[in-house]
This record gives sequence, C-alpha cells and structure tokens, in this order.
Amino acid sequence: MKQLPLAVRAFRAPGRMSSFSLAEWDLLLRQAASANLTAALYYLAEQHGQLALLPGRVREHLAWAHAQGERHRQGVFFEVRQIRRALAELDVPVILLKGAAYTMAGLPPAPGRLYSDIDILVPKERLDEVEAALMLHGWAANHLDAYDQRYYRQWMHELPPMQHVIRQSLIDVHHAILPETAAARPDPASLRAASVAAAGDDGLRVLAPLDMVLHSAVHLFYDGEYDHGLRDLADIQRLLLQFSQAPGFWQALPQRAAELQLSRPLFYALRYAHRLLGVEVPAAALAAGRPPAPLLALMDALFSRALLPPHASCADRYTSLALLLLYIRGNWLRMPPLLLARHLFHKAFLSPKDAAA
Amino acid sequence: MKTVSSLSRDELGRRLGAGGLHLQTGRFVTRVHSPIASVADGIALLYADYPVQEDARFADFHIRLSPSGGLRRWVRPQVVFDFDGTAPFTPLPIEQAFPMFEWAMNACVSSRANGYLIIHAAVVEKDGAAAILPAPSGSGKSTLCAALVTRGWRLLSDELALVDLATGRLEALPRPVSLKNASIDIMRGYAPGAVFSRAVRDTVKGAIAHMKAPAASVLRAGDTARPAWIIFPQYQAGAATALTPVAPARAFMDLAGNAFNYSLLGGAGFDAMAGLIDSTQAWQFTYSSLDDAVALFARLQAEPA
Repeated sequence: MKQLPLAVRAFRAPGRMSSFSLAEWDLLLRQAASANLTAALYYLAEQHGQLALLPGRVREHLAWAHAQGERHRQGVFFEVRQIRRALAELDVPVILLKGAAYTMAGLPPAPGRLYSDIDILVPKERLDEVEAALMLHGWAANHLDAYDQRYYRQWMHELPPMQHVIRQSLIDVHHAILPETAAARPDPASLRAASVAAAGDDGLRVLAPLDMVLHSAVHLFYDGEYDHGLRDLADIQRLLLQFSQAPGFWQALPQRAAELQLSRPLFYALRYAHRLLGVEVPAAALAAGRPPAPLLALMDALFSRALLPPHASCADRYTSLALLLLYIRGNWLRMPPLLLARHLFHKAFLSPKDAAA
Repeated sequence: MKTVSSLSRDELGRRLGAGGLHLQTGRFVTRVHSPIASVADGIALLYADYPVQEDARFADFHIRLSPSGGLRRWVRPQVVFDFDGTAPFTPLPIEQAFPMFEWAMNACVSSRANGYLIIHAAVVEKDGAAAILPAPSGSGKSTLCAALVTRGWRLLSDELALVDLATGRLEALPRPVSLKNASIDIMRGYAPGAVFSRAVRDTVKGAIAHMKAPAASVLRAGDTARPAWIIFPQYQAGAATALTPVAPARAFMDLAGNAFNYSLLGGAGFDAMAGLIDSTQAWQFTYSSLDDAVALFARLQAEPA
C-alpha cells in the first residue's frame, strides 16, 4: 500500500511530528493549507509537546495560522452568545452541532478547527418561530431562487443558510440530521432527548457522545464534497479517542447506530479512522454495517482518495473520477432516484449561474 | 550569496519553467514556477540583486503563473496565478503576467504572515528612523516612495508595512516599486539612472511599470527599522507642500482602516497598533512637487526626535 501523505501521517501520529525533515515539512504545510488544517496542526503540535522541537521556519508558519485559530474561536463564542440572545424568548431547546458544538464544549476536535457556519438543531414544529426570531435579530435568508428555497424547505433537513446582515456570519438551522428524502431516518426526537449540556452550561446543549460520533460519521460519509474530508475524519478520530475512554462505549456505539439507522456510515467512519488515522477499533464494533465485498472494494478505492488533502501531491490519476462518483453518490443518498434526476437536471440546466457563489 | 544576476537568462528561464527558482525577498523565500517569458524577463531585470537559494529544502510560498489551458491558449491568451492549488485572482491577459507576479508576491505575504501587523503602506528609512506612508491607491504613495529611495532613503517596502508583533519594529521587504500611468514618465525624468521595466498597458489600474529597488536597499533587507513617523501623503496638483499634524486617535483609526489583518489579530493587533501610534508622530502631507517633498522629508528627518 502506498505510503500515506505527510499531512495524514501528522494527524495519525502527532507525537512524531518533529521527526519530519525540513523538506518534508515544506510539503506537509502545503498539504495542510489545502485542507485548511494549518491552524489545527499548530494546536496538535503544541498538545503533543512537538512545537519547540520543530524547525524555526515551520514553527513560524504554524504560529501565523494559530492567530487565525484564536480569532476564529473568539468569533464563535461571540456568535453563539448572539444566537442565544435572539432565541431566548422562545424557550426552545437549541442544540449545537458539529464545529460550534466542539468549540463550546471544549472537545478535542475544536482547537484550530476553522468553519464558516454555526449549525443548530431545533424541533421541526418550532422551525418557523426560530426563523422569525433570527430574522428579527438581523439574520436574513440568502438570495436563493424559488427552486432552491423549495429544495431546502420541502426536502432537506435544514433551512436555507441565513446570513447576518451586519456581521456576515452564517447560521444553519436544522430540524434533523438527514433529509426526509434519504433512506436512513435517524429520529431527531431521540437525538434531542439524549442531548447533554455543553461544558456544564444548561442553556447550551450538544448531542450525546455516541450521537456526536454518529452525526460526524453520517455528515462525512453521506456528503458529496470532500474538501473537508481529512478535517472531518480527524474530528471522528479525536472524538473516538476521547469518548472511548468511557466504559461500554464500543458496545453502545453500534447499538445506537442501529437504532438511528446509521450502521453503514458508522462502519465507514470506523474503517477509515482506523486505516488512515490509526484508531484502534474492536472487531465487534465493525461487524454491523459492513457492505458486500464488491461494494466495499469500490468504496475503499473512492474514500482512500477523497479523504486525503485536496493537494496535487496527494492525487493520482483516478482522484478526479473518485470525487465525481462520490458527488453523485452524495446526492443519491439524499433523495430517491427520480427526484435526484430532476434535481441534477435542474441544477445543470435551469438554475441561474450563481454569480456570488 | 548567489544572486539572480549570476544566472544566465537561459538558466533562469529553465529553472522558472521547471518550477525550481527559490527567490529570496526580505526574510521570505518564494518558490516561483512560470514558463512565461515576460515573467523571466522581469525577474532577470528587476531582481538581479536578490539571493537565489540553491538546493532549497523549504520555501515560505509556492506560486505558479501559467498560461490558461484550453481555448485560451490561442484565443486571447491569459495568465493564471496558482497559489499552490488555489486561484485567488481571476485570470488576466498574458501581457500582464509580470504585474500579476508582483501582485501575487504581495498577496502571499498579506494573506498569511500573521506574525506581523500588515498595513497597506510604503516604508522608507534614513539614519535609523522609518517613515510609514499609508494610502489607498491613487494618493501618490508609490511615486513619493520611488522619489525618496532615489534620493538616499532606504526602501523597506512600497506596498506592505510589516510591524513585528513581538518587537514593534518594521521588517524590510524591498521589492520593485510599482508606478502607474503618469507617474511612470515622471519617475523616468526624476531618476534617469534608475532601472525601469517596460510599461504594461490596459491593466485594471491603467498602465503599470516597475522600478528596480536600489541595490543598497536589497543588501540591507535583513535590517529591521524603528518606526518614527506616519505620513499620510496626498498628491494635489498645484498645491503648496504642507505638513499638518494628525491626532493619535485619528491616525490609529486611519491606519487600522488601511491594515490587512488588524481585525484578525484581535488584541495583539490592537496592542501593536497602539504601540506604533505611541512611538511615532503622525502627519498629513500635501504636495505637488517631488523636489519639495523630498526636501521636506530631509528637514523632518534632520530634526531631533
């Protein structure tokens, strides 16, 4: 098996980062930059006592990204506070998802993780009130044509992204973690019932540990685009390393996956977290959700390429094709074939070209 | 220390085409990859004095300027700037490849180097004291900067003031001075001994040419400088040369408005800016004659601090 790219190896074995040569670091930093992981590398190096051992030029580049990571964290805290204020009168349980959850709960994937949207989960029946409250406080629906609006409101599991008119910050309001048109239907009520307080603050909630792992898995392995592939896989890696310290974790995880109909994405998450990032996974946890051998061989070929940094040094002649197939698969998983055909046709030929994409 | 001038034009072109020219500007090393002849010509002419690293193992930035593919290879050919996988600028007509190279070199630093408070300004220095000349495009900053460095001032930068967050000193990053439209002929007349590139017409900023940085400035690229003055230049045809003091709070806000990463740096940015304002005098400077401007700068510089 070809050796893993340097950036992947850094996340796989952070305690050995200082063993890379200066020339290897030159390439590693470029791969990390393409995957938007330079800031994360800083904190990873610091956490594993490697920072002082690195060459000065490397340390300087990581420090440049560190400034960005700190500012981002500050911004998220401020933004979450604003969101709480906007939704305070509604007395609706608001659960943070993904990046914002990691940041506010102080979880291992948080340091240096850069993201543009804050994701929240609210009950479907309160969706209109939440949207109205956000609009009152300055968030506006992004300019989308009527087709896109219907796509989101009728079929998807979230409102169209809303952007604050002054701060330009983005919020995604979810009512489920997968679209209603998808084959798997993880019950949002069950997820909300299991939610926990973030870092002891009861007004701020995040998914329970098992659910957080599963959400991260389905978000990555149901997606169509993989620019964030390595970042999201590293999230899964570090969530597993943290939460598996709790007794019974590895037995409970596949059980919860089965309840939420997420056994297949969990299988992929565990398989690639092990293969690429070295997470030790008990065989029993991988028993459920395994696809038939021919399909698995295909998925291995696709994901072993898509989960690498989007840098030329990590690509081979099949990488473009792999990404295209995963793009189609990502849309396929979100809606039935006829609907998918209509959707792709519309996107390709009828949607106005988005000037300010 | 091997410089660009030690390479033959053929060798320079070969290295650039193969993606292996490691060019040092100030404390940064950029690996430059470009098969385009005008880029090689521009580097040969304007970067003759700059160090080239042999067997470089690490570059701070990796840039590529290449012709667009597809139909654009033959029909109104274009040049694309690739910043190691991202394309931050829209493609430009291929005649503008060298100006694009200069913009790319600026963009690398201004988008990444967060160890510095980076302000859109020229910086010149004499006898240990530096003047920062911030200004939006069109205020005459580059022309004034070019004039000063041909009259004894050291060039630290014509575009990016780099304030070290740890020390408050200005980093030197001398590179070719960009001149636009009428300024090109004015400077050719004002400094007939200086080296100028051919003008490139019809860019988004009009006609552009570059003046080679004085060799002495390039040699001293390792020397940081103490900021002493912040001078907001405004060229005004027919105006008398005038220097009016600017209040510290006003200077702070105007500088912050001209900075690339003031907001990103958060508290550290505020502290660096405050330190800069506290240690400098701020002036609004109106002028119409380059000779008078240079003379006034000489008088300012001669006064005890």
